[in-house]
Amino acid sequence: MNDRLRVATRKGLFTIVRSGGGWAIETVDFIGDNVSLTLTDPRDGRLYAALDHGHFGVKMHRATNGVWEELPAPAYPPKPEDEIDVDSWGRTVKWSTLRIWALAAGGPDEPGVLWCGTLPGGLFRSEDHGASWNIVRSLWDHPLRKKWMGGGADWPGLHSICVDPRDSKCVTVAVSTGGVWFTPDSGVSWELRGQGMRADYFPPELVHDPISQDVHCLVQCRGAPQRMWIQHHNGIFISSDEGRTFRELMDVKPSAFGFPVVVHPREPDTAWFVPAVKDEKRYPVDGALAVNRTRDGGRTFEALRKGLPQTHAYDLVYRHALAIDDAGERLAFGSTTGGLWISEDQGDSWTSVSHTLPPIHGVRFG
Amino acid sequence: MATVRFTANIQRHVQCDETIVAGATVRETLDNVFAGNPDARGYVLDDQAGLRKHMTVFVDGRAVRDRLRLTDPVRPDSMIYVFQALSGG
Repeated sequence: MNDRLRVATRKGLFTIVRSGGGWAIETVDFIGDNVSLTLTDPRDGRLYAALDHGHFGVKMHRATNGVWEELPAPAYPPKPEDEIDVDSWGRTVKWSTLRIWALAAGGPDEPGVLWCGTLPGGLFRSEDHGASWNIVRSLWDHPLRKKWMGGGADWPGLHSICVDPRDSKCVTVAVSTGGVWFTPDSGVSWELRGQGMRADYFPPELVHDPISQDVHCLVQCRGAPQRMWIQHHNGIFISSDEGRTFRELMDVKPSAFGFPVVVHPREPDTAWFVPAVKDEKRYPVDGALAVNRTRDGGRTFEALRKGLPQTHAYDLVYRHALAIDDAGERLAFGSTTGGLWISEDQGDSWTSVSHTLPPIHGVRFG
Repeated sequence: MATVRFTANIQRHVQCDETIVAGATVRETLDNVFAGNPDARGYVLDDQAGLRKHMTVFVDGRAVRDRLRLTDPVRPDSMIYVFQALSGG
């Protein structure tokens, strides 16, 4: 089980450590700065932090044996003078990294390989532990990419990256909004997947179009990679064929709306969600914070509340702010209002680490 | 040659000393600065080499007009300031 938790927040990167049966803040890096995401590479222990300095742009830092250094951030290639790149709102797409919104390690057979998703939608790959990055042109230049849309954010964001544990060349990514994309060859070619999802707020002819789907978060079960779960703007979807097709889970209580999802590393039918009021108000139903768990592939859900505030709680949990450890026993999540909770029993009960952290963007064990 | 000074706020991220460099335009001048201080480039310019949204450059007291190509002229004795708006939250 993991005894260390990294928490990326609006005001720094917090490291939380289990000691003496409790969890406490051990260190704070980048105090005061906006850390949008973090990754601990399980292959070599290197720690990555994506920073958003606003005026000064998006930056990437890496710690090796505890020593931080700044790396080049993923950068878009020069935009050709004659390139017409206009989004669905009629705005010209700026080829510039606006936010780092996904970080994933490659497979154990490709040390040094990292994947990075960004706003306005570019996917980047590094083969040298982040010392350099190349945009995956095959996806950026795909004609359907220009049908991706911003929504909650102004620009589309590539937020989920799943490297298949059976074959590192097989990678599935998800875009808000832009659906689910699969490459069988490390990004040489791409296939739009995700049949069966539904976006009922679109015009009728687009409701079931895979390119129109606003996936909030996509995860893949490590022990049974054919199983994928999606928390979608419109609800919860499950796939048993590596994301080719999805089935919607209906009548999920207290709500099917939310941002994050995690799946148990070995039990594909077990997944956790953090429900919120759909869809623009986005706070816990009745102000009572809950984590939703299914153990039967979504036939039933349990709203887990022990240790979580049940009155006047307005915590929203972002898509990267729910995590599960390697053993599948411990979970953690952090909220927009600075609450951080950890469970050591698969969500049956929760312990508060802090109610006063900065707004939390991402939570990761390791 | 022109004198280029940077905002104090950038200094905690990357050291940017006052620099005296040649250049007939803001682009040429900044390129010459960043040739000697490549780490600073990404803090001032975006991926397309235009000024970042909240960055600005003043040449002899006037804000540059061409924020994308940086074609505003620079005189041999120009004083150039690179700074930014400030916000937080």
